[in-house]
Amino acid sequence: MEYVSPEGLRLDGRRPTEMRQLRAEIGAVSKADGSAVFEMGNTKVIAAVYGPREVQNRSQQINDQALVRCEYSMANFSTGDRVRKPKGDRRSIEISLVIRQTMEACIMTHLMPRSQIDIFVQVLQADGVSSYSCVSLSCSLPLIDHPHFMNYPKNNQSCGGMEGADYVNRTRSACINAATLALADAGIPMHDLATSCSAGYLNSTPLLDLNYIEDSAGGADVTVGILPTLDKVTLLQMDAKLPTNIFEDVMQLATEGCKAIANYIREVLVENTKQLEYRRGS
Amino acid sequence: MLRCNVFNKKTRNNKIKKEVREVYLRDDIWCGASSCTTCESAAARLTASTILVVDTNVVLHQIDLLENPAIDNVVVLSVVLDEVKNKNLSVYNRIRALCSNPLRKLYVFANKFHKDTHVEKMEKESPNDLNDRAIRVATQWYQKHLGDATRVLLLTNDRENKRKATEEGIFAETIESYVKSLGQPDLLDLVVQPASVDVNMEDVEDSRPAKRKVIYAEHKPMSEITSGLRHGIYHQGKLRVNRYNPFEAYVGSESIGDEIIIYGRTNMNRAFDGDIVAVELLPQEEWHEEKSLSIADEEEEEEEDVHLAPSSADDAPRSTNLVNASDQIPVPSRPSGRVVGIIKRNWHSYCGSLDPMPMPAGSGSIAYALFVSKDRRIPKIRIQTRQLGNLLNKRIIVAVDSWDRQSRYPFGHYVRVIGDIGDRDTESEMVLIENDIDARPFSAQVLACLPPLPWSVSSEDLANPIRLDLRQICVFSVDPPGCKDIDDALHCTALPNGNYEVGVHIADVTNFVHPGSPLDDEASKRGTSVYLVERRIDMLPKPLTEDICSLRADVERLAFSVIWEMTPEAEIISTRFSKSVIKSCAALSYVEAQARMDDSRLVDPLTTDLRNMNSLAKVMRQRRIERGALTLASAEVKFQIDTETHDPLDIGMYQIRDANQMVEEFMLAANVSVAGQILKMFPLCSLLRRHPSPTREMLEPLLRTAAAVGINLDVSTSKALADSLDRAVGDDPYFNKLIRILATRCMTQAVYFCSGDLSPQEFHHYGLAAPLYTHFTSPIRRYADVIVHRLLAASLGIYKLPTIFQDRPQLTSTADNLNYRHRNAQMASRASVELHTLIYFRKRPTDTEARIVKIRSNGFIVFVPKFGIEGPVYLTAKGQKEGGEWYVDEQQQKIIKMDSSLSYSVLQTLRIHMEVVEPQPNRPKLQLTLI
Ligand SMILES: [Zn+2]
Repeated sequence: MEYVSPEGLRLDGRRPTEMRQLRAEIGAVSKADGSAVFEMGNTKVIAAVYGPREVQNRSQQINDQALVRCEYSMANFSTGDRVRKPKGDRRSIEISLVIRQTMEACIMTHLMPRSQIDIFVQVLQADGVSSYSCVSLSCSLPLIDHPHFMNYPKNNQSCGGMEGADYVNRTRSACINAATLALADAGIPMHDLATSCSAGYLNSTPLLDLNYIEDSAGGADVTVGILPTLDKVTLLQMDAKLPTNIFEDVMQLATEGCKAIANYIREVLVENTKQLEYRRGS
Repeated sequence: MLRCNVFNKKTRNNKIKKEVREVYLRDDIWCGASSCTTCESAAARLTASTILVVDTNVVLHQIDLLENPAIDNVVVLSVVLDEVKNKNLSVYNRIRALCSNPLRKLYVFANKFHKDTHVEKMEKESPNDLNDRAIRVATQWYQKHLGDATRVLLLTNDRENKRKATEEGIFAETIESYVKSLGQPDLLDLVVQPASVDVNMEDVEDSRPAKRKVIYAEHKPMSEITSGLRHGIYHQGKLRVNRYNPFEAYVGSESIGDEIIIYGRTNMNRAFDGDIVAVELLPQEEWHEEKSLSIADEEEEEEEDVHLAPSSADDAPRSTNLVNASDQIPVPSRPSGRVVGIIKRNWHSYCGSLDPMPMPAGSGSIAYALFVSKDRRIPKIRIQTRQLGNLLNKRIIVAVDSWDRQSRYPFGHYVRVIGDIGDRDTESEMVLIENDIDARPFSAQVLACLPPLPWSVSSEDLANPIRLDLRQICVFSVDPPGCKDIDDALHCTALPNGNYEVGVHIADVTNFVHPGSPLDDEASKRGTSVYLVERRIDMLPKPLTEDICSLRADVERLAFSVIWEMTPEAEIISTRFSKSVIKSCAALSYVEAQARMDDSRLVDPLTTDLRNMNSLAKVMRQRRIERGALTLASAEVKFQIDTETHDPLDIGMYQIRDANQMVEEFMLAANVSVAGQILKMFPLCSLLRRHPSPTREMLEPLLRTAAAVGINLDVSTSKALADSLDRAVGDDPYFNKLIRILATRCMTQAVYFCSGDLSPQEFHHYGLAAPLYTHFTSPIRRYADVIVHRLLAASLGIYKLPTIFQDRPQLTSTADNLNYRHRNAQMASRASVELHTLIYFRKRPTDTEARIVKIRSNGFIVFVPKFGIEGPVYLTAKGQKEGGEWYVDEQQQKIIKMDSSLSYSVLQTLRIHMEVVEPQPNRPKLQLTLI
């Protein structure tokens, strides 16, 4: 399969080091303390942040820092109705953990002891997932707004199979970027903006930000999360194997992608601040 | 960069789904015209004032024309490339090669990602219409973009598309009218005629009064085939035509776990060798119809040519194909079937010549001719040409275009001339083309991977802890005289404890050929060096094969060594493997080595080592034979070639000496030791070599021949066969060798495989009676050995195992390619010997002794030991079909004259006359006649 043509174009018309189109919107969930929609191409994720607030379950309270919790969910696209994938399956738990750890590393948790910060991330659309109609915000919001979302009875029914699992992987970066933006919107003090981007390796070429078809090719896929100003790597995941020298190139490319996303997020925040100032001024 | 979403409706499980796909539209895709001032011109290719845009079908069908440099300044749209790739990968590779060829002016324009030429599917528009529209939009864009100074011309044979284009103000022409406008009549031969022109070809169909009647059954539609396959009514497999009987083919079917035999062209139903076909089984009562070659008997039965005696079953006819075995007890026959559809065509171009025919009246007019491929598995191909006079005596290449139900032969078109028939260079090139051998010089990229010359062992090499310094040891090599690519050397040192240290040192090729480098890719593609009579086509570039890796005398070289401690009884006590540095003290020829051993006056250390080694080798050989290894024989021919004219001066059998056998014995031992080591460390991804036991069916011709002369062969095991071959002695000294030669040709060849693909019982090497075997000792000329060197190095922890070894399917396909290349190399060598045999006898009619090896209804096949060839001797003149003068005794394998005055039986010795005759102009052939 030819993923990069001899003319240097990928299947969707991008060049190897180009990212899919980014789009972000702040403040989509009015009841949340902070929220954001983040799009990378056809992948669309919404994040909502509640807190810092009182710890709900006292036994989980931490005396010298904030408790960060994260819940990941995904609209069920395959049937097109509003039934959601059962939560609590292995993949969802894993990605919840990944998001939580990444966010914990950038939140100044020591400034908010004995408090709780909840991050809800929901995938509205994953690239390559067929959907009847675009899952609209309105149908997803009630769930995200629900403060006791996490205490829903756990459904043990196994979920998704491989297909579902792949979507989870593919949405990792967008989830982290959405969460960062939502945390910033909530005014939670952070060391830095955590951003994430993936890169892969196909046809002997490092490719930035794989789309669905490229991701399904079975090549290596490196997801990197960084704190751009601190120049720290907070997340590194790789599927499949790569020789060391190639891995370094691919990781380098993903890191560049993270930095570009960080710049974009900063622009969005600056623009948002201007908007707020403008509104306040009027 | 703009973004747009493309929606694809997909039906699956009766649900309609929308699939959203992103496409990014760009403004940085350049037009590629050098005259353009707005686009970046660095990559510009198009220089003429007329620029061509071709549609998908033009690329698919007229690729031979596009490959002609007369057609240039072509825009190849990405939408066209995508469609071509879906429909025919081989054409895709060819058009891609043209686009990247710096000498040509083809430019790829990624129209679907350009903001002005991207088109969206319209309501109710078919994919074909969408593509045609995309092509027109792009053509129009070019015209607008480049302005009136340039004419942008759309080439399409699609009437509807052309009409729409003209309506939209686009210049459009058919390929024929464009080529005509160029005024080069020869180019027209390359133009593939649309199928509707076929009716004109009735003239050449044949002289029979029959109208264009339907000859072949219809091919079932794909949907029916798919459902038939699912329900087990049809069986899918690759069609393999018998190389020696083109009217018989086999389809290996997984669904019935057996080979299905297809008899006759009617049942083959227009399938070519290598096509993936769907087959329907015939009713069981029709399974034994070997003789009803319904199409073949209409056709002139092809005459058997004199050819090189086969050296294995792979070279010989598969079926017994002897005489009408009417009174024979029918053996349980294998399933036979007929082709109902072709799932994937394996059409490519073929080399051969035109059937001799009278020149048509006016020269330069269109003539229809029949092309006969050198590869007998391919049916004759009908072509039309305007240059018949020029082509008749040439070797040419022809490509196949179509084959309809009314035509006995497929239609094709002329591609190019190779040269004059009979000219040695032309015929040699034919051999290469026919066997898919790449004899082009190595590319600059490949040569760039070589270390700078002059190369010598560096101090780093010597200091490298993985390398054993063996420079002080007396290492020597023994090879054919004049051998320049010496890949193995030996040593044998007497140890104080009475044992011997024996070493086999193999050129350390993988020290220079790194996995994944262009050099490695090229070697992997070539698979093996090819030895023709007058030239060698190397797998690796000369500086490596003849210098850097060649273990020549008196120079330090890097090696990969297997070192054993052996008792004087040749029992292996210990085995070591190590990279090393050696300095050979002598590069001997077989004759020199033999002479040294035989000269009792010589007592120098080298000669002593040789003698010790030879006695060890004899013990090893004896033990191997006791284990059941077959001492097989084949008639290997050797030419003495004139260094200037390259004509053969003398021809004779290759003489095998003790010294040859000595070297062979240690190479076998090294290969066996290495096989054990790599399999132990990498049980799933080792490359090994196996030799399947011959089935009883395969040995049938041998058994029948032996029985006819009163010899009973026990073929139950290789050991039993070896023993009964030893006992098979006749009246003359050559008899035993002859029986061995006949036995050898019943067996298939050994093959490479990936250890993870088979179970350990299947690893067995029948001929060598070894449970495990591989190839380690010739990395200069075989790629299998390169792979094995890497495995061995990894097993010792010296290097990491390259990533390809983690990819089983890839490894399997590598093994398949090696088998294919190996086989082709052998076929090419044989063809080259046949060619030189013909050249040799052209000026030298000869009388010689021959042995009958097969009885036919009108004569017999003889084997000529002195020249290693075999061919037919006819008792009845051709055309006089079984005049009843002779009859065949199948049991006794005899052909007897009706009046009992004369008879000939199998294995009988007789004298024959060999002479080159030309029954048709420019078609010389070697003829054998009875004296
Ligand atoms: Zn331009």
